[in-house]
Amino acid sequence: MTMDRAETSARIAALIEPFNKKGVAVTDATRFTDDLEFDSLTVMDFVAAIEDEFDIIISMNQQAEIENYGQLVDAVVKLQG
Amino acid sequence: MTDMLSDNETQGVTDLFSKFDPLIEMRRDLLSTGVTDPFGLVMEKVISPTVALCNGRETILLGTYNYMGMTFDPDVIAAGKQALDDFGAGTTGSRVLNGTYAGHKAVEEALCDFYDMKHAMVFSTGYQANLGIISTIAGKGDYIVLDIDSHASIWDGCKMGDAEVVPFKHNDIEAMEKRLRRIPKGAGKLVVLEGVYSMLGDIAPLKEMIAVAKKYGAMVLVDEAHSMGFIGPNGRGVAEDQGCLDDVDFVIGTFSKSVGTVGGFCVSNHPKFEIMRLVCRPYVFTASLPPSVVATATTSIRKLMTAAEKRAHLWESSRTLHKGLTDAGFQLGTDEPQSAIIAVIMPDLERGAMMWEALLHEGLYVNLARPPATPANMTLLRCSLCAEHSAEQVQQIIGMFTRAGKTAGIL
Repeated sequence: MTMDRAETSARIAALIEPFNKKGVAVTDATRFTDDLEFDSLTVMDFVAAIEDEFDIIISMNQQAEIENYGQLVDAVVKLQG
Repeated sequence: MTDMLSDNETQGVTDLFSKFDPLIEMRRDLLSTGVTDPFGLVMEKVISPTVALCNGRETILLGTYNYMGMTFDPDVIAAGKQALDDFGAGTTGSRVLNGTYAGHKAVEEALCDFYDMKHAMVFSTGYQANLGIISTIAGKGDYIVLDIDSHASIWDGCKMGDAEVVPFKHNDIEAMEKRLRRIPKGAGKLVVLEGVYSMLGDIAPLKEMIAVAKKYGAMVLVDEAHSMGFIGPNGRGVAEDQGCLDDVDFVIGTFSKSVGTVGGFCVSNHPKFEIMRLVCRPYVFTASLPPSVVATATTSIRKLMTAAEKRAHLWESSRTLHKGLTDAGFQLGTDEPQSAIIAVIMPDLERGAMMWEALLHEGLYVNLARPPATPANMTLLRCSLCAEHSAEQVQQIIGMFTRAGKTAGIL
């Protein structure tokens, strides 16, 4: 069963909260490094949380292509497909 | 032609070095405090494996990875001199062309004997061994599952190849298993682990991790750079110590630590291993090690096979230093000594650099390790013991740390 984008986005939004220390309003255009100020350790923990939630792998190669929230949601939708 | 010239004149130059500005600024800030550059130390004279002359001062070396103190072993030096006389200063060639001398075959035989394995392949550095083996064996469509705290040479090997790279939390067996479980069926899998992680000096639970890797049909590569010579009944490393060396497909190692010279290697029982010599670019497209280097390595490796007493003394020193520094009030990377590396955790880079300098003034050299090389953005003073450190030197070291810790305001 393919989950729709809105549902995937809602689940990711919930996962992002503990990592969103400054309470930045997250939109599809929100960038992880520049806007959310994720460092490499935060990225690792956040990626692991998403991988566990959706039972997927987001390899480093795929992570390199993901800069903002919208791209992450799209990637997760696709990986579940 | 004139048009092109004028075009060029109007274009501003993008300085490719501007990406290094934050680091340049950070260094400037650090050095402006008057602290000695921790990455610019020069040893004017090396007196022994444990003592050198730095800034005109006799300095105890506690950050050299010279674990077994083989650098000045008389047999090792004699072998190197002989090879220099007999075979010259260098090979000027690749291992697959004119760069394989009798000495290169001899050192590979010594490695096969040391590890009791069928194949050994020697690279010009340990860095190239990881770079070459990992990038070559894991290709497009394959998956590399590796510990997040892996050495730069492992990461660079991943980056150079075309495999999907999947890291997991340091030493976390469950996190590793989850990732292995999610890999698509039929894909090739390589699990990359280290015996000893060099930043904190902690060891991996290889027995459990390798059992999980095998359950999912993965091949296993273990970097034993920081364990060779003194961990395991025969000094083969952490995998031997935990009784799982037979399940390791590839052991990566180096000559630049316990062996006391320079070079890297991979040993394996894989029946097709020899093909690596033709397909592994960091092996093919570089000159082989000089004859004197492989001769010193051969002699050193063979002596390490029977170095039980030195090994015992090194462990004794590790326990004494760990206890002494703990008792003095320092925070260490591990609760108990797990290797010959003892990492002292500093509150921040500035005080770490102050402490490093205070130790140098005391006459002690250790490694200052800072992010991004360190896990969890820690600043560390990394101590690596040598089998040639005397019990008296170890006590001296504890005294130096205690005094410097007070000078730097850490204790």
